[in-house]
Parts: sequence; structure tokens; C-alpha cells
Amino acid sequence: MSGIITKVSGPLVVAKGLADANVSDVVRVGSNRLIGEILNMTGDTASIQVYEETSGLGPGAEVVTTGMPLSVELGPGMLNNIYDGIQRPLPEMRAIAGDSITRGISVSALNREKKWDFVPVAKVGDKLEAGDVLGTVQETTAILHKIMVPNGLKGELVSIRGGSFTVDETVAVLCDEKGKEHELSMLQRWSVRVPRPYQRKFVPARPMNSGQRIIDTMFPIAKGGTAAVPGPFGSGKTVVQHQLAKWSDVDVVVYIGCGERGNEMTDVLMEFPELKDPRNGEPLMKRTVLIANTSDMPVAAREASIYTGITIAEYFRDMGYDVAVLADSTSRWAEALREMSGRLEEMPGEEGYPAYLASRLSQFYERAGVVECMGQDQRRGSVTAIGAVSPPGGDISEPVSQATMRIVKVFWALDSSLAYARHFPAINWLTSYSLYLDNLREWYTEQFGEQYMKNRESAMAILQEESELQEIVRLVGQDALSPNDRLTMETAKMIREDFLQQNAFVDEDAYSSYGKQYRLLDLVLRYDGYCREALAKGCTNMDALFTIDARERIGRAKMADANTYEKDYDAIDAEMKQEIADVVAGGEDE
Amino acid sequence: MIKEYKTIKQIASPLMVVEHVEGVTYDELGEIELPNGEVRRCKVLEVDGDSAVVQLFESAQGINLADSKVRFLGHPQQLAVSGDMLGRVFNGMGSPIDGGPELLADKRMDINGLPMNPAARAYPAEFIQTGVSTIDGLNTLVRGQKLPIFSGSGLPHAALAAQIARQARVLGDNETFAVVFAAIGITFEESEYFINDFRRTGAIERTVVFSNLANDPAVERIATPRVALTAAEYLAFEKDMQVLVILTDITNYAEALREVSAAKKEVPGRRGYPGYLYTDLATLYERAGRRQGKKGSITMIPILTMPEDDKTHPIPDLTGYITEGQIILSRDLFRKGIVPPVDVLPSLSRLKDKGIGVGKTREDHAGTMNQLFAAYSRGKDAKELMTILGEAALSEDDKLFAKFADEFEKRYVSQGNTTNRTIQETLDLGWELLSILPRRELKRIKPEFIDKYLPSKK
Repeated sequence: MSGIITKVSGPLVVAKGLADANVSDVVRVGSNRLIGEILNMTGDTASIQVYEETSGLGPGAEVVTTGMPLSVELGPGMLNNIYDGIQRPLPEMRAIAGDSITRGISVSALNREKKWDFVPVAKVGDKLEAGDVLGTVQETTAILHKIMVPNGLKGELVSIRGGSFTVDETVAVLCDEKGKEHELSMLQRWSVRVPRPYQRKFVPARPMNSGQRIIDTMFPIAKGGTAAVPGPFGSGKTVVQHQLAKWSDVDVVVYIGCGERGNEMTDVLMEFPELKDPRNGEPLMKRTVLIANTSDMPVAAREASIYTGITIAEYFRDMGYDVAVLADSTSRWAEALREMSGRLEEMPGEEGYPAYLASRLSQFYERAGVVECMGQDQRRGSVTAIGAVSPPGGDISEPVSQATMRIVKVFWALDSSLAYARHFPAINWLTSYSLYLDNLREWYTEQFGEQYMKNRESAMAILQEESELQEIVRLVGQDALSPNDRLTMETAKMIREDFLQQNAFVDEDAYSSYGKQYRLLDLVLRYDGYCREALAKGCTNMDALFTIDARERIGRAKMADANTYEKDYDAIDAEMKQEIADVVAGGEDE
Repeated sequence: MIKEYKTIKQIASPLMVVEHVEGVTYDELGEIELPNGEVRRCKVLEVDGDSAVVQLFESAQGINLADSKVRFLGHPQQLAVSGDMLGRVFNGMGSPIDGGPELLADKRMDINGLPMNPAARAYPAEFIQTGVSTIDGLNTLVRGQKLPIFSGSGLPHAALAAQIARQARVLGDNETFAVVFAAIGITFEESEYFINDFRRTGAIERTVVFSNLANDPAVERIATPRVALTAAEYLAFEKDMQVLVILTDITNYAEALREVSAAKKEVPGRRGYPGYLYTDLATLYERAGRRQGKKGSITMIPILTMPEDDKTHPIPDLTGYITEGQIILSRDLFRKGIVPPVDVLPSLSRLKDKGIGVGKTREDHAGTMNQLFAAYSRGKDAKELMTILGEAALSEDDKLFAKFADEFEKRYVSQGNTTNRTIQETLDLGWELLSILPRRELKRIKPEFIDKYLPSKK
């Protein structure tokens, strides 16, 4: 079925003669066979967004529909790979077209030549449903890829064979209830705009360990939860996203570079194969899928990249894995929506964004969650979605931030004034929040005892009090504060500098285990406790309390070795207790 | 056979509608021949059926609807490139204006370039020594980075950019270096300042100048940076040169873009700039970088003047989201006589971490850098408090931090436009300033480096 172009305006192409095409069909446009997708239809005229540069395209050129919606290929070979927004592998595109991305490159998402060792799990005669595991492939050293019965199929397994196969060779034959035989390969296709099905959804109740102190202890996110990281440029959004991609205790990470810098993707590509997962020692790249639509790549594919990413994430979730999707940045995705909407001459909503911005955003985030997967073995998987937001001028009153805040449960607000003082991660402790605290409290208490959450509450209270005291100090100076208030200010400073600040570029500090986080905060709060006791005993020498030698050691405590930190912290605790006692005693001598 | 059309239906500068066209494609370059024989250029913005919306690069003055002829050339705008471009001056569309001969083209390249495959990029990691402490020490520039200067009207950004162009070098390296300078809607005087500086230092031999001055057609400005970057890509990736691209002033570029967008009656985004300003700027900035297996590189220093010194204005704001950091100039420091008036705290180089440290600069670089930032930030806070409450309200430590902040501005930041400091000198100066502070406050530096580098107090 083919039509003829009548209009070209940037990425928007209008073609007539496409009466047989469906809305959302993928089409091939012009002699270069550029990839596009039908957005609207009027009579036999279709409005098409083209995922590649349309320069050189004019009326009269041919448009051919493929009759299929925009889909991804799912199967072994996605991990350790980098794709563009419509799942074309970038290394293979480079091999075909050189260092630049030229147009009309046709390359399949999964390598058709590579052979995978398929190990059958199901047996002939088994009654199987959609989602049941047929067999497994050790895709990378980190991930066992489960080959599942495609959705919509049910029946008896007629044959299955193990061995070395390419993704499109038949590995099993299933006979459905009507007696029809289906040949199954390791490859599945799925339309990116349709969420993959599951049996049922649960409320997230386990935290995602990120190794970042301000996240894990202060504003935790649950596995299967949603979070947003808004912040002006230079506040460290990308570093936060990279840290999460590196250290999160999930099985698979899908990182979507959506309209961001090319060098950032290169950074991930070069760094992740070198970095080891702190839990199993495997290179991080072995569990990572990268989707890159950098800011110089065609804008329409930016809109698709988010869906491509989350669909791949859902596929791994269906195997029973915990998956994190990191999208940097959803604002660029929203801008791509705006650009297409403007060219379609739709009535704009706020700030020129289309009126359906909020509903599209919520559809994306709602694809996260903890689910019982398809299949009969009741395995559970989760997708955690974390999106960066880039509000213009850092002002979160704009539509994308506001629409995002209405949906997500965790909000890590990045603050440029913290970034200027090189307080990283520059997550503001007063404006950020996590609505998972109540759900997760039980888990924390079970694992580490009640003190963990109590410490968190004390620390938050001290930081809150500090912000109030700072107002007073600004007006009348520090001398007006009572000794107890001065101590609060000092402890708050320690919580900020010695606990919350975390250097992503220093090996010892980049990842902090729960145990270390707990002990470190406890150490700071113990110092506060000892000093308060000293004050109660009538000690007045504040400066001496604040300058005891142990303070320098507390300041460096976060650098302690992950294996021996407990001993170090015990020693510091004993030292400061003694030194504070000395200060108290010294005061009495005078 | 190229067809000529005499079917211009409408002209509303800078747009023109031509009817009854055939075979015209999006983004194609066209020529308009006036009755007097003069030829002007244009490009296709939209084709709808048999009518084409065309954008003029020059003024519409004198175009007659009935008698002017339009030809479409069948390709997007191209630039003739060759190694002989070095030392030459071109106009904003890439034609020579220095009275020299026409360029013997090695090849013709599409000025829009192509997006670079992220899998083909090489990560920028080679330290460039600019000789400016605030850049080398705190916001390190690396080869292949795009680092804009955010300035304001009347601030000396030209002097700083010229200083960087003059002093920049990669340590222990003899590779060929070239400068591509694009004047985008700036005044003759500002442009001459750069050209004279290049001439004085002999750099002009290795410089390609593209000049669209304030009195040249505004719409031509949309092409100027693309023309310059195409030349830079040719020199870097086909001639193996280390190219430094200076684009000044991006604000004029964005305004030209707004002019065309408004003429097309597009739905405006913030402050009337088109909604695709981010994407458009990205197609310029992202052309900086290095490629695997290629010796050359493009390092870009775009300069932009922030309207009302407002960093949240769409132009600096969107630029900051694309570029790898920013150098911000401060009017307060300039008034205090500090030269170059680099506002250290909000300035940033995102790629610094990969370009510094052992084997690149020195082992203590990262720690001292963070410490200087943190100390200067605290010192500035202390000084603010001091202006409200007087010096007596400060703690002993805060007094030292306030003193540090003053000394830091006076000695570290204010080095003048002719001082060229090596990275060792910059780092040592940093240590000297840190010695003002109590040692226990130097939490960001490893103790072994403090022992090794901290000068003992006099």
C-alpha cells in the first residue's frame, strides 16, 4: 500500500492515498526509505512524523506503510548494547555508515547471525500459557535471559530443542487449543505504545538500594516506584542519574539519554564496562541497555525513545527481574511532543505544550510498578521509573515539572545554590520528599531495627531547625543563640557536610552500604548527644567542643573502607566521648 | 536542467511564497535573480503541494514579484572547503571577502552536518592549559569540550576569549592547531579586536574568519555558525587539526531565529523564541567533540550576552543544558576591577574530572579544586553576614574564610589578560591561599596531599 507526499514541514510529512493504512502504523518515506509513524488520518490523507532528517524530501515522493505499529524486537542481545530512539543498534550503524548518522539506514535491532545457547526448561507435553518460561539463555555473565511464551498464546508444547541458535530460528512448537501449531523462536515483537500485560500489581514495599546516602536514608525510593529529579543546569541531574544507574540493586538498568549530550552517552559507554557491580563483581555494562537520542539527533525519535526504553524494561520485568528505567531528560521528550504538536497545528495548552502532555506523562510513569508476571509460576518483577526534569531557569512552576510532580512519589529537588557551594549530590533536604517512607518503614525496621528510622527523623528535625535558626542568625548574629541552638547549628552542619555530601568521583565514597549509612549518621548524632550531655553538665566552652580532634576524623569517616568501617567508627566514637569528657573536666578545672 | 519560476506569490520578509513549483524538496537551497541581474539566496522551509515557503537570507528589497526569477538548486546549502581556508576571511555565507582569490574547493560539504553517532565519539579527556587560573584550576577545559562564556553587555568577554585563543595549548604536544572564528551579528569594532589580536600574535595564519557583522542581513546569521562549524569539521576530521571554534554572539543568532519563526507565525515558546530553540542550538553545539580513530578535535567556546545578566533567560538557559559547563562573568567583580571577572561559583566544567589528576595535571588537583570552591563559597557567605552585622558577629573561623575570599579574588581570579600561568603555578597559588585556613577545615583534600603540598605558615 503506498501513498504520495503532498507536504513537508520539518519532521512532519503529509501524504495522501493511504486509505488502507492504520493510525500508528510505521511507514517508509521517500527514496531513502526514512522511518516514520502515522499520527493522524483525514480521509486518505495521513500526517506522519518522520524519525529521521527530512532534508531533500518533497511532494510526489512515495510513502509505503508497513502495516505494523512502532515495535521493538525483544530477545537475547539487548544487554550491553546501545540503541537509537527507535531501537537501531548504534555500533552497527557506525559499521555501515561511519561516524555520522546518515539517513535510511536499515538494520535489525537484534543480531540475526549471532548464535545463543538455548537451554530448554519446559518439557514436551507441558501445558503452557503466555509468559511461561520455555528455556533460558545466558545472555551476559550477569543476566540469565528467560525465553517466554509470547502473549496471546496458550497450548501444549509439541517439541522443544536445546542448542545453539540464532534469535529467529525455531526452538519450540506449541499447539494451541484449536490444534494449530505455532513455531516459537527466541524473538518477540511488541508495540512500544502498549504496556506489556501482567497478572496483577502490588504496592511497592521494598526499597531500591542506591548507595547514595541522601536517597537511601533520607528520601528512599521503592522498587517499582516512580521518582523525578528536577533541577536547573549544572545542579548535577546527570550525575545523580549515572549514580543510580551504577549502584542501584536492580537486575537490569535501561538508561534513556533523551535529547541530552552526546558525550554523556559516550561517558556511560566507556565507563560502565570498567565499573564492577558492588554486589556480584560483574561489569555494570552487562546488565545495562542504553537508548541514546542525543540532542543533535532527529527530534521525532526523541518522542519514541522513552517508549522504546520502557517496553524493553517491561520485557525484563516479565522474566521476574527488578528493572530500573532512567530517563534523562523527560523535559526534552515533552519538547519533542510540543514541536510535533505545533507542526500539526493543534490548539496549544500551557506554554505551547499540547493539552495531552500530562496524560502522556502519567501513562509513562504508570508503566512502572511491582507486578506478578504473566505465566503460571507467580514470579514477581518490578520496573522503577526515574525521570530527570530540566525546568527552564530552574523554575519548577512550568508545565512539565508540575505534571510530573502530580504523578511521581519521590521528588529529589536539585538546588543550584548547593551546587555552587559544591555540595553534591545537590539534593535539597528541605524541599525534597518521598511518599514511600510509610510503606518502607517496616522493611527498614525489620532489617536494621527501629533506630534507623528514628535517626532519620532526628536528622531531618535538626536540619529543619537549622533553617529556622539561620533566619535568626542572619538578623541578629550567632551570639544571640543559646548554647543548645548553637549545637543544633553545628550538628546540622555535620549532617550536611559529613553525611549528606557524597563524592561520586571518589571510589571509597561513591557507594555507601545501608550499614555504613546507618553507622555514619549514628556517629554524627552521637556526637550531638555527648555534647548535649556536656552542656547539661554546665560546660560552656563551645569552641572547645566544636574543635575536638575527633571532629576531623568524623569529617573523613565517610571515606572509611567498606569492610572495616565498623571498627573505625567504634574507635571514633570512643575518642570523641573521651575528648568531650576532657573538655567538660577542663572547664571545671578553670 | 534547473527550472526557473516567475511565480512568486507573496513576499513578507524574510519569507517568500513561490507557487506552481515541481520537484522542490524540504531544506533545498534556491537563488532569486532580480530584474537587474543581482542574485540572492534562499532556502525552502516548507513545501505544500505545489507551493513552497522559502526563507530569504538577504533583504527582500528590490524583489519584484512579476519579474524576479527563482531557481532551486537541488541540494541544501553547501560550503566549499579546502586547507587553503586558513588565513582567509569569509562572509557569513562562506564567500571570501578579503579580496583574495576564490577558494579552490577540495570538496563541498552540507552546512547542516550530520548528527555524530554517540558510539563513534571519543570522550574528551585531554587537559587544555589556557593559562587562566579560574579555568585551568577550577573549571578545566578539555579537548573536544563545548564551554560557553556567559557574559553581559559591557563585560570583557572578548578579552577573555582572545586570551584563551592565544594561550591555549595541550601539554607536551606539537599537533597543528587552528582557530575558526565566527562573528555573528557583532560590531565591526568587536570583530576587529579579535582579528587584530590574531594578527598581532601571528595566529591569523592559522585562523579562518567568518564574518556576519551587525549591519549584514540578520537572517544570514542562521547560516553563519553552521558554515563555520562545517569548516571546523573539515579541518578537524579530515586535516587532523586541533580546532578551537569561537562563536560570538549566540544571542544574535537566537534573535535571528526568532525573527524567522515569528514570520512563519509559529506558536512561540518562552519570550517569543521558537519552541525548537533547544533542538536548534543543540545541532550547533553538539558538533564539538572528538571521534574515535581521528586525531583532530573541535573545542568550542560560544560567547553569549545574557539580556539583563539574567541566567534564566532562554538563550543562556538552554545553552547551559546542552553545553558541558559554562564560564560566567560577573558585573560585580568587573566593577571591583577584577580581570578577568570570572564568577567562580556558578561557573562549571562538566568534563573537568576526566581531564585532571595524575598524569594529566597533578594528583592534588581534584581535592584542592573542591576545597577552593567550598572555601570561597563559605567566605562569601561570611562576608555577606559581615556587611549586615559587622565583623564582630563572625566566628574566628569565619573571619579567616572572609579573608580567604578577598585574597582569592585578588590573587587567584584577578590575573589580568596577559598573565599566562602554568597549571603548576595555578595549583601552587591555590595551596598558598588555602594555607590561610585552619588545617582541620581542609576536609576535601586527602591528608597525604595536605602534608605534601600545604606550605608551612609563616
